[in-house]
Amino acid sequence: MTEVLFFIEVVVAGLLAGTMYSLVALGFVLIYKASATFNFAQGAMVFFAVLAFVGFMELGLSFPVSFVVTVLLMVLVGFCTERLVLNPLMNQSEDTLLMATIGLGFVLEGLAQAAWGVEVRRLDLGIGDFPIEWIIDVFGLFVSALDVTAGIVAAVLIIGLALLFKYTRMGLGLRAVADDPGAASSIGIPLKNIMLLVWSAAGVVALVAGMMWGARAGVQFALVDLALKALPVLIIGGFSSIPGAIIGGLIIGATEKVLEVYLGPFFGGAIEGWAPYVLAIFFLLYRPEGLFGEKIIRRV
Amino acid sequence: MIFKTLKNYLIGSVAVAAGALSMFATPQIAFGEEKQYFPIASSRVGPYSAMGTGYYGAQIDYMNYVNMNGGVNGVMLTWQECETEYNAVKTVECYQRLLEKDGQRIVVFDTLGTPGAYAVINRMAEDNVVLAQYGYGRTDGADGRVWPWVFNAASHYWSQIAVKMKFMAEQEGGVDKMKGKKIVHLHIDSAYGREPLPAMRSIANDWGVELVEISIPPPGLEQGSQWLQIRKEQPDWVTFWGAGSGMNSTAMTNAARIRFPRDRMMYVTFGAAEEDMYPAGDAAVGTYAVANALPGADYPLVAAIKEQVYGAGKGNLNDDSRVGSVYWNRGLGAAVMWIEALKNAQEMHNKVGKAVTGAEFRDGYEALNMTEARLGEIGVKGMVAPFSISCANHEGAGKFAVMQWDGEKFNQVTGWEAPMDPAYIRGLVEASAAKFAAENNITPKVCP
Repeated sequence: MTEVLFFIEVVVAGLLAGTMYSLVALGFVLIYKASATFNFAQGAMVFFAVLAFVGFMELGLSFPVSFVVTVLLMVLVGFCTERLVLNPLMNQSEDTLLMATIGLGFVLEGLAQAAWGVEVRRLDLGIGDFPIEWIIDVFGLFVSALDVTAGIVAAVLIIGLALLFKYTRMGLGLRAVADDPGAASSIGIPLKNIMLLVWSAAGVVALVAGMMWGARAGVQFALVDLALKALPVLIIGGFSSIPGAIIGGLIIGATEKVLEVYLGPFFGGAIEGWAPYVLAIFFLLYRPEGLFGEKIIRRV
Repeated sequence: MIFKTLKNYLIGSVAVAAGALSMFATPQIAFGEEKQYFPIASSRVGPYSAMGTGYYGAQIDYMNYVNMNGGVNGVMLTWQECETEYNAVKTVECYQRLLEKDGQRIVVFDTLGTPGAYAVINRMAEDNVVLAQYGYGRTDGADGRVWPWVFNAASHYWSQIAVKMKFMAEQEGGVDKMKGKKIVHLHIDSAYGREPLPAMRSIANDWGVELVEISIPPPGLEQGSQWLQIRKEQPDWVTFWGAGSGMNSTAMTNAARIRFPRDRMMYVTFGAAEEDMYPAGDAAVGTYAVANALPGADYPLVAAIKEQVYGAGKGNLNDDSRVGSVYWNRGLGAAVMWIEALKNAQEMHNKVGKAVTGAEFRDGYEALNMTEARLGEIGVKGMVAPFSISCANHEGAGKFAVMQWDGEKFNQVTGWEAPMDPAYIRGLVEASAAKFAAENNITPKVCP
């Protein structure tokens, strides 16, 4: 195996891992676009959604029925969040909402484990997590079929969500709410419905992300920590940009792999745990809104 | 139909939750009865829950079993639980919270984790509490002259890695065939992951083996970088030293992604349980692991607990099929030692039928002599290796059995194996303990 080929394999593996981070980051972007709140509960939502999905399958429901029931459950979670958490905190500061999402995360983690148990579950999506033969034969690279599928799923989600926000009335309404909730409300945009819709959409994105990660690493509590992987992705891509989530994910994925493989041994290894944050700090210093985020100009 | 099923499930969940709450309650002991209090610093939630529920569940099941059969010479066992989430800071908090109850102090503490053990180890002598590191923790604690309150039985990490390297040598055709071979030690980036390295580096150096150390940041859901390095290194063997569900099954699926043969991977005891293998599916088949307590539900004591405790509806696990699994049997092995130590302490200090102090319990622990005959009487013959503890040697058997996963269960492939040169490993332990003693102005105890 040549050095060049190995480098290409490292970068490709990083880009594919990055799409998996993007899937998680997308949920954050949806909430942030609507309420300018960093939803700390997103990792817990990923865990909650996929654990419920596997739980329904264990009850004997088929794959599609379990998916639909879980989507409905996530809509219910969105509804309850809007009614019990967001609505009472309307017009409170962003910090208050942030703290509320931290609390929401703990509630979801606890509920999921109480209802479905703590055991790690296997999730078989029918897509093998094995290298694709023809890519090995042609390029000599080991690329997993599951990673490629995750990349396609992420691309479809991003295109779908981007179209939704740009060309639908709901999308326009959401952008108006994000810009100025008071003004949006005064011209008749139903704030509650918009928030319910966004939280439900974030729940569905969480389910999809959870299914991809669950198929790869098992359905387990550690999925909650994915939120920490998404944070530098969002700082780089921009908290309110859907394309930014995917670009940020790709940058983080490729960078952490290259740094870990080539620089890791000089630092005792395991640098990919903190290296993305170093990169994120550089962005915060020189481009705090991220690559695709909206530049905030405040009157001083 | 679906709604009916869901309704039943919700009712079941509430019942399970109620059951879970009840397990935190102190066992019912009649007024006036002598009692001995034990701490359960469990990890039932989070990435380490499979380990914690099985291990601590077995300890509670065994104490219930002992109580149902009259206690220890009439002394009934009580316990209290505290959730550590396998977190060193919370372990210290739990230690402090559990230290005393109703005027009685704990006599033993079991963190089920090296980070937690390191966090409390310096409190033991001061508080007169035995730190029972059942196959984990600080390795040089096996030198009882420097660490009189710390025990490694059953067997520490340096013996474990030495047994693994011996197994590799046997597979390769002898130690002389190991020269020039390459081993990757893939480990969680923590003190626990690095704990076997002093012994491993020393043996590798002696054998002419190239050792490559690669670490995984926790929780380890994404291990692409590490396995790319392994693909580049092309090692002959990988020793995996992970912890928690996040990385244990993920390592095997990543091995499958680069087509690294699973029968060239040797898992650490804390990644080698059924719960770690199932999520990896076919990717786990062929993986080797070592055990300090073998799984199996046919051991007489395991069967008796299942019949008596679970039969009476007092079992700690919601799923009784986990009784006899790797983690559950390991917890049982640890609890058996507590109770044997308590019996010894009562007899040694003329306190039969009475509660003992930490110092008396320590004496009882150090006097453990688990012969094959005694293990047979208890009902765990074959589940653990026979062992004894002495004033100087707190390790116990120093033996491990190699197992291999077949997709459904572990199959034992060797008997109880000691390192190729146990005296060499003991020498490393004594040197490390002596260094610690010198650095901390500790005068080692003189043993008879």
